[in-house]
Amino acid sequence: MAGTKRLQKLQHKMPLQDKLIRITNFNEVALGYTEDIAIAEARRCLQCKKPGCVKGCPVGVLIPQFIKAISEKNIDEAVRVMKIKNNLPAICGRVCPQETQCEGSCVLIKTGEPVAIGNLERYVGDYELSHRTCPLIKTEQSGKKIAIVGSGPAGLTCAVDLAREGHQVTIFESLHHPGGVLTYGIPEFRLPKSIVHSEIEYAMNCLDIEIKTDHVIGRTMTLDELLEKYDAVFIGTGAGLPIFMNIPGINYIGVLSANEFLSRINLMKAYLFPQYDTPVRIGKRVAVIGAGNVAMDSARCALRLQRIKGIELGEVRVIYRRSRDEVPARINEFRHAEDEGVIFEFLTNPLEILGDSNGNVIAMKCIRMKLGEPDSNGRRQPIPIAGSEFIIEVDTVIMALGTNPNPLVFKNFDKIQTSKYGTIIINEKTGESSIKRLWAGGDIVTGSATVISAMGAGKLAAANIHRFLSGKEPIQEPALSIS
Amino acid sequence: MYKILEKQALSDIIKLLVIQAPHIAKKAKAGQFVILRITQFGERIPLTIADFDAEAGTITVIFQEVGKSTRQLWSLNPGDNLVTLVGPLGNPSEIEKYGTVVCVAGGVGVAPIYSIAKALKNEGNRVISIMGARNKGLLFWEEKMKSVSDDLIVCTDDGSYGRKAVVTTPLKEIISTNNVNRVWAIGPAIMMKFVSIVTMVFNIPTVVSLNTIMIDGTGMCGGCRVLHEEGAKFVCVDGPEFDGHKIAWDSLLLRQGIYRNEEANAIKQWEHTCHLEKTI
Repeated sequence: MAGTKRLQKLQHKMPLQDKLIRITNFNEVALGYTEDIAIAEARRCLQCKKPGCVKGCPVGVLIPQFIKAISEKNIDEAVRVMKIKNNLPAICGRVCPQETQCEGSCVLIKTGEPVAIGNLERYVGDYELSHRTCPLIKTEQSGKKIAIVGSGPAGLTCAVDLAREGHQVTIFESLHHPGGVLTYGIPEFRLPKSIVHSEIEYAMNCLDIEIKTDHVIGRTMTLDELLEKYDAVFIGTGAGLPIFMNIPGINYIGVLSANEFLSRINLMKAYLFPQYDTPVRIGKRVAVIGAGNVAMDSARCALRLQRIKGIELGEVRVIYRRSRDEVPARINEFRHAEDEGVIFEFLTNPLEILGDSNGNVIAMKCIRMKLGEPDSNGRRQPIPIAGSEFIIEVDTVIMALGTNPNPLVFKNFDKIQTSKYGTIIINEKTGESSIKRLWAGGDIVTGSATVISAMGAGKLAAANIHRFLSGKEPIQEPALSIS
Repeated sequence: MYKILEKQALSDIIKLLVIQAPHIAKKAKAGQFVILRITQFGERIPLTIADFDAEAGTITVIFQEVGKSTRQLWSLNPGDNLVTLVGPLGNPSEIEKYGTVVCVAGGVGVAPIYSIAKALKNEGNRVISIMGARNKGLLFWEEKMKSVSDDLIVCTDDGSYGRKAVVTTPLKEIISTNNVNRVWAIGPAIMMKFVSIVTMVFNIPTVVSLNTIMIDGTGMCGGCRVLHEEGAKFVCVDGPEFDGHKIAWDSLLLRQGIYRNEEANAIKQWEHTCHLEKTI
């Protein structure tokens, strides 16, 4: 086999839906490895004694071990190893930025492409979804009650880990479906909702976790009430507040936040209007501002909506003030967006949105940028090029500039310590906030980050909530952050 | 699931539902709203809490049958359930003793203004109320409004009941003959705009309650944003009540029509389905 390993410098390609067909539907783009491909890819792994990949993973998945099990065609064992650290592999395999985490630390990069750890993780996750060989088991009831606020990646992970220890867990979710950003934010073609629902339902059923949807903490109940009724509380409400650029014209019809655009599509299923009641508008010339994952998701949704609605000669542009090299999106999403025909306007920044007398967007005034000296974070700052202003014709503008924490959860609860960015200040080693019996983790602590880092934070908080409820000192793990 | 306990037609197109929701009734205050969804396919509909009873564990919503969803809502019966009901959302009205307060209600705006007028009256204010509608058929709760007002003026655009006038006419008269300390105006955006223009001249603080397009109701989508003197504000979390003198009304009025075509399309489909069901 050693000979094949040397020859196989490149990853086994993920089978994809054809790019001309996929832009006419919302079905998943990446189709998943077959067993044969998975085994062949697993055999590329060198089984390093000191694996860099594990260090690159925010939850420390035992990567060489699960890959070894796949290469030996023992998928049940791969699932078991995976679930020691990660309960949601079908989700993480699809949405983690592997290139900056596990795969970014793979030794094979020196001679070719890294092992496709993300694709293999997804393979294991999908196998478990249909086989369910590794049930979640609850230990003896502890008699302790825990409230989790928010059912996104941080809250779900925290809930599952605590329920396994025998605690009685209730999750409070403000929307009508659980999952947080997995449900309202990430589109069907990247993360099918049936997977999210299946994972959540399975965990809830195995572990008797209750999810109370339609409960807005801060309005329906306050944190004080939760602290009164429960032995411990975890806040994982994410960063849900959209940022609008501070430029003239943001209230014209046709300007919307990526949150609104994606919620209409993913949560409310507006692409199936009028079978579903919620509509979504899309124009012929769409501009998405920003180049993160949310921008890619928005641009690709816009492209699909144009096809579904029969808009001819539609165009979708991503407007980004830095260059191609700085695009913060996951590399696969950026590539898929380009392949699908999204146009990229790099080194460009909007100055003003222009409208007609009926309040509709008709154009956007932009300026070209150049990259200056690196700032203290080592990122080259974009600088406007004087005199380079130009007008671009658009009828839809989607702002995908990131999100801030939503302060609603703190209503009538000012006593909690927060930063100037509105994030909760915690003890990074334990996950506990300034308030006794109250933990927090995920985007509400870090500002917008990734699914997997939120899961890591949920895990750390769960471990320490369990220790607290068992009367033990907190464990002090190194901060589970990724930069 | 949230059970409908009672339904009542207040006029041809204005309808009332009492819904079982103890956890919301316990927290609700005048001026707040809920978001509901009728079916798994349904949109999220924001409606003001017109009344609430913490002891009975119920809330009352009043709505005008305008689009597909509100017609579908009225087609439900006591015993039926809503799939989503979340609240109370938005900030409660700031009820204090102001002195003389004029409460102006247009159309279905009577529903939210009733509990505000009641609270203002309980706080010891002198409450003068003005109710306006396009015609007699759209008026409701006159007796209830009378019971919480020191004085009540009813007017219709076509003169089919009460005075033939728009609400700003009696409002100007009241302001010129009374020392009015505050005005509350709830109704169609165009009415609130003109009330705000009138009171601005007299420099009387004016509270309006905005009902814009929204999805989540928790500050997440930003679809409800309005241009305010202090920048963009979200109706769902910063409101729904605002100082009427600080709102950019024209932008708000234009934004209300964003989904007009889609609404018309949905209504057509709904009528078609209803027709088919009847035929079958």
